[in-house]
Amino acid sequence: MLGHVVPKSTYFLIFGSLLALTALTTGMAYVDLGQWNTIVALVIACSKATLVVLFFMHVRWSTHLMRVVLLSALLWLAILISLTTTDFFSRGWTPVPQSWESSEVVR
Amino acid sequence: MPDGHASTALAHQFEDLEQQHEAASLGMWVFLATEVMFFGGLFAGYAIYRNLHPAGFAAGSHLLNVTIGALNTAVLICSSLTMALAVRAAQLGRKKPLVTFLILTMLLGLAFIVIKLTLEWRHDYLEGFAPGLNFTFAGPNAKSVELFFVFYFLMTGVHAAHMVVGVGVLAMVLAMAWKGRFSPERYNTVETVGLYWHFIDIIWIFLFPLLYLIGGRY
Repeated sequence: MLGHVVPKSTYFLIFGSLLALTALTTGMAYVDLGQWNTIVALVIACSKATLVVLFFMHVRWSTHLMRVVLLSALLWLAILISLTTTDFFSRGWTPVPQSWESSEVVR
Repeated sequence: MPDGHASTALAHQFEDLEQQHEAASLGMWVFLATEVMFFGGLFAGYAIYRNLHPAGFAAGSHLLNVTIGALNTAVLICSSLTMALAVRAAQLGRKKPLVTFLILTMLLGLAFIVIKLTLEWRHDYLEGFAPGLNFTFAGPNAKSVELFFVFYFLMTGVHAAHMVVGVGVLAMVLAMAWKGRFSPERYNTVETVGLYWHFIDIIWIFLFPLLYLIGGRY
């Protein structure tokens, strides 16, 4: 036998949790939390993804090599998103030098 | 050389069955890492434009049907369960449940695609929400709403394309399972297609709240 055989009950428990979290995230969308709506939705989505990766994708029982690949994927994703968003959202912080402005621009 | 009774389950380039099994899973994980980058670019673009056009993206999100989105999320989660149970049946060398769960996974995958096509994309097209084809939404922030629908069709479209590929690969795995090609010593193919299938599920787990939910439904 190769790989860890997970009991059926574990799979059904994860399945139930995923459905419950889907119902929760759908319900929370109708509650006004202001900016927190996005954060709550993303936290629930990350929790669901973690359950799928750990149990359905067997990472809980996998070797360190597999985990290194997974973590490097997440690290590169973090670099991609953080560098791109910091660029976009910090553009307004410093004024554009006058000499860079086109004389055609009508203010 | 491994001892004689190791039979045909072990390909000659591997030391033992354990290493063979590891190599197959590792290959799929490396591929999935590239897929994270592929979808990551789309998610990063979505995050930036959503922040630049919050009102238009919220309005566009409100034009989607949350009930159908949630239903499809449930369908995909069911398919992930049946896929996990198929891998378990393969591990234990039980052919009949393996075949049954593979068929169920394919049917649930097809149900997702059919729901997406007939109840959502067709509806969105008829309502005039398809950018570049017939975008006729004339409310406030129409340009930003159009941008939302560009992301909506691109991201759900690329996701659905992955589903179609997944169903196709499952059909091949099903044929192999039918012929009795898997054993507790060698079921790498079932394991790796399972990893791919769960990955598509994870992408939808993020697409559902980002496209349908956030932006003030209250």
